[in-house]
Amino acid sequence: MEAILFFLAAIGALGGAVGVIALRNPFYGVLGLIVHLFSLAVLFLLLTAAFVAAAQVVVYAGAVMVLYVFVVAYVGGAEESAWESIPGQRFLAPLLGLALFVELAIAVLSSSLLALGTDGPHVRAGFGDPAAIGYLLLEKFLLPFEASSILLLLAAVGAIVLAGRQRAGVR
Amino acid sequence: MSAEWYVVLSSLLFAVGAMGILVRRSPVVVLLCLELMLNAGNLALVAFSRMVGNQQGQVFAIVVMVIAACEVVIGLGLIVAIFRRRLPLDVDRLRELRG
Amino acid sequence: MSATTWAWLALLLPLLGSVVIGLGFRVLPTRIAGAIGTAAIGLAFACAVAALFNLLGEDAEARHHASSLWDYASVAGLDIKLGIFVDPLSVFMLLVVTGVSTLIHLYSFGYMQSDEGYHRFFSYLNFFVFSMLLLVLAGNFVLLIIGWAFVGFASYALISFWYRRTTATRAGMKAFVINVVGDIGLVLATLLIFRELGTFDYGAVFAQAPHAFHTNEWTVTAICLLLLVGAFAKSAQLPLHTWLPDAMEGPTPVSSLIHAATMVTAGVYLIARTHALFVLAPTAADVAAFTGLATLLVAATIALVVTDLKRAIAYSTMSQIGYMIVGVSIGAYGAGMFHLMTHAFFKALLFMAAGSIIAAMANEQNIDRMSGFGRAMRFTSMTMLCGGLALAAFPLSSGFFSKDEILAYAGARGGMYVIFAVLGYFGAFLTAIYTFRLIFRILPGPPCPEAKELIDTGHVAHEPPRNPASGEEEDTDVGFPGAEHHVAERSPSMRVAMAVLAFLALFGGLIQIPGVDNAIANFLDPVFADSPLTAIHPSTGWSWIGLAIGGAISLAGIGVACWLYVVSPEAPARLQQRFATVHTFLFNKWYFDEAIDIVVVRPALAVGRFANRSFERFVVDGLVNGTTETVRGAGGIVRVVQSGFVRSYALLLIAGFAGLALYFLLSSS
Repeated sequence: MEAILFFLAAIGALGGAVGVIALRNPFYGVLGLIVHLFSLAVLFLLLTAAFVAAAQVVVYAGAVMVLYVFVVAYVGGAEESAWESIPGQRFLAPLLGLALFVELAIAVLSSSLLALGTDGPHVRAGFGDPAAIGYLLLEKFLLPFEASSILLLLAAVGAIVLAGRQRAGVR
Repeated sequence: MSAEWYVVLSSLLFAVGAMGILVRRSPVVVLLCLELMLNAGNLALVAFSRMVGNQQGQVFAIVVMVIAACEVVIGLGLIVAIFRRRLPLDVDRLRELRG
Repeated sequence: MSATTWAWLALLLPLLGSVVIGLGFRVLPTRIAGAIGTAAIGLAFACAVAALFNLLGEDAEARHHASSLWDYASVAGLDIKLGIFVDPLSVFMLLVVTGVSTLIHLYSFGYMQSDEGYHRFFSYLNFFVFSMLLLVLAGNFVLLIIGWAFVGFASYALISFWYRRTTATRAGMKAFVINVVGDIGLVLATLLIFRELGTFDYGAVFAQAPHAFHTNEWTVTAICLLLLVGAFAKSAQLPLHTWLPDAMEGPTPVSSLIHAATMVTAGVYLIARTHALFVLAPTAADVAAFTGLATLLVAATIALVVTDLKRAIAYSTMSQIGYMIVGVSIGAYGAGMFHLMTHAFFKALLFMAAGSIIAAMANEQNIDRMSGFGRAMRFTSMTMLCGGLALAAFPLSSGFFSKDEILAYAGARGGMYVIFAVLGYFGAFLTAIYTFRLIFRILPGPPCPEAKELIDTGHVAHEPPRNPASGEEEDTDVGFPGAEHHVAERSPSMRVAMAVLAFLALFGGLIQIPGVDNAIANFLDPVFADSPLTAIHPSTGWSWIGLAIGGAISLAGIGVACWLYVVSPEAPARLQQRFATVHTFLFNKWYFDEAIDIVVVRPALAVGRFANRSFERFVVDGLVNGTTETVRGAGGIVRVVQSGFVRSYALLLIAGFAGLALYFLLSSS
C-alpha cells in the first residue's frame, strides 16, 4: 500500500517537475509546480511528517503559488524565442543534469550510511504532529524561529520597496 | 519504503530543477525551477528525519520553506519591477553586469 | 658659556630666522620680516664675537674644541656625529660671514623694499647664512658636505629669485649643475678619506694623515685633487667658473653676499681647513696654486673689456679669489685668510654701490650708458671710490696690505714660486686698471639722462622693467623691484651698511701691518702650526719692499686707467680697433662657455637623446608597457568568462559542483 502511494506520488512529482521545465507557457509551468507540490505533500505524509505536509499545502501551494499566479497574470505569459544565445548550453545542460543525478544517486546508494536502507526506527504516535513541532520550535529552535520571522519582515519590506510606485526620474 | 527511495527521488527532482535553470530563459520559470530544487531538498530533509527518528529535520524543512517564501517574494518583486520599466523579461537579454 | 655653545647659537639663529619668516610670510608685515632676518644674523654675529672672546681667553694651544649634539649615524664602522669644530679658523670665518651678512641684510632691508617676494628673499638669505655657517663650523666631512650642498641650493634659489625671468632660471640651473660637479669631487674625496683613514672626524683625520700617507702618495694626491674639484666649482676657478658671471642675474644683495663675500670663499676655506692633507700632497697644492694663478690672470683680462657693471665686478671676484687660492695653496695661510676678509669688505661694498647705481639707471647695467654719477649720487660714488681703492690695492687701504702679503710670501718661498709673485703683481696692475676703468667711466663726466633726471628733478628714473639681457618685460607679480627703485641716498639702512663697509674697506687692513701688528696671522697660527710651510716667513724688510712695489703698481694702474678714460677718451676705441681680435677673444670670455658647450653639454645631450631613443624606448618603456599589455591581455582572456549571462554562470556552478562530487566519489571509493 505504502509502495503504491509512493510510486503514484513520485510520478506526480516528477511529472510536475518535467512540466515546469518543458512547458512553454509559464502559466502552465505554475500549474505543473502546483501538481508537484501536492505530490510532495503526499510523500511527506508517507514519511509521518503531518505538519510539514500541511504547511506545504497551505503555505506553499496555497500562498506562494497564488502569488505566482498573480505575477504571471500581470507580467504575461510571453513565449520565449527558440534561439539559444549561449553556445553549447543546449548541449551541456541535459548532460550536466544527468551527471548530477547519477552522481547523487551513486552517492546515496553506495553510501555507508546503512540506516538508509532500513525503514527507520519505530516512532511513537505523535511523531510529526503540530504539537511536537511546536515544542521543538519554541524550545530547542527558538533562535532560528525568531530569525526566520525577522527574515520574513525583511522580505516584506523589500517587496514593498521593489514594487513601490515609481518616483519621478528614477528610470 | 526505505529512505533510499525518497533520497534518490529527491536527487532526481533536484537534477531536473537544475536543468530547468540552465535551459529556460524566462525569469518566472527560472524561479519555478528554483522552487523545484528547494523542494527536493525539503524531501531529502524529511526523509532523513524519518530515518534518524527525530523531528529536527522537519523543523529544518519548515525553516527552508520560510526562506523559499521570502526568496519568491523578492524574486517576483524584482520581476514586477523589471516589467514595469519595460525591460525585456529575458534572462539572456539582461546582461549588463559583464566584464 | 663656552665657545662651542656660542657657536651652536650662532648656527641656530639664522635657521630660526629663516623658518619664522618662511612660515609667517602671510602674517608678517614686510618691515618686521626684514627686521627679524637682520636681527637673527646680527645676534649670530654677537654670538660669534662672544665665541671669539671666549677663545682669546684661552691658551693659544688649547683653542680647538669639538662639540657634538648627537650621533648622526653610528653603524657598520661609521661613526658620524652631528658635531661642530670651533677653532680660530672657524671663528674667523664665523665672524666674517656673520658680520658681512648683517650688513648686507641691513642693505637688503632698504633695497628690496618694494619687491613682492620680500619675505621669500629674507627667508632664503637667512637659510643661506645658516648653510654657510654649517659649512664653516662642521666638525666632520659629512656635515661639511651637508653644508656644502645646502649652500649650493641656497645659491640656486637666490640666483633664480626672480623666477619668471628665463635668464635667471637658466643661470640658476647652470650654477647648480656646476656646483654638483664640485659636490661629486668632494664626496669622492670624503669616501677616499674614509677608506684610507676610517673616520670622517676632522681631528682624527688630520692627526692620522701624516702617519698614514707618505708624501705625494697617489691616494693623498687623489684626495686633494678631488677636494680641489669641489673647491674650484664653489669658488669659480678655471675651468668651473662659467657660472659666476651668469649668477649676476640674482638681486644685487645676493651677488654681494653669496658671490663676493661668503659662498665663493668656501673653496678657500676648504683648502685652508684641509691643509694637513695638502702638505702631504705638494703636487696637488701646486696644481691648486697654478689654477688660481691662471684664473687670476684670465679673469683680470676679461674684466678689462666687459661692459656689464655687475659682470665686471664678478670677474674681479673671480680674480681676487684666485689670489686667495694661491695664498692658501703655497702656504701663506694667514695672508690668504686676511685677503678673504678684506675682499669681503670691499667687494660687498662695490656690489652695494653698483646696486644703488643700477637702481638709479632703472635697471640698466651697461656701463657705456652710465656717466656723471659723481655729481648725481654723492654718497654712492664716495663709497664706490672707497671700494675701488681697496680693490686696486691703493697704498694703505685694506686690499693693499692683504694682497701684497700673499705676493711677498711667494717671493720669500723662492724657487718656482717667484713666478707667482711676478705674475701676481702683473695681475694687480690689471686689477687697478679695470677697477678704475669702471670708476672713471661711471663717476665723472657729463651726466647721462638718468643721472640728469636725478640731479634736476630728484626723481629716480623708472620705466617698465625690462630684462637687461634679453629685453623681455619683467613679471613684477612674482617679485621684482617694482616701479620704485631704491638708491642709497634715499634709504637709511642702505647708507648705514655701506658706510660701515667703506670704513672697513679703507682701514680694515691696519690690523695686519708687517712688522707692526700681526693680529690675524697670530690668531690663526695655532691652526696652521702643523704645516712646515709656516716656517717660511718674509722678513719685515722684504715685506715693506713688496708693499712698496705693490703700491707703485697700483698707482701706475690707476694712472693708465685715468689716461685711457679721462684724459683721452678716444684711446679705448682706437685700441679696440687695433687689437680687434684680442678684444673679441676677451669679450667672449676666452670662449670658455662655448668650449664647455662643445665638450660637455652637447655630448651629454647627444647621449641623452640616444638613450631616450634606444634604451628608454625599448628597455624601460618595453618593460613597463609590456607589463601593462600582459596584464591587459590576461584580463581580456579572463573577461570572456564574465559574459553577463546568468545561465552560463549557473552552468559553471553546476558543472563545478558535479566535478567536485565526482572527485569525492572517486576518492572515497
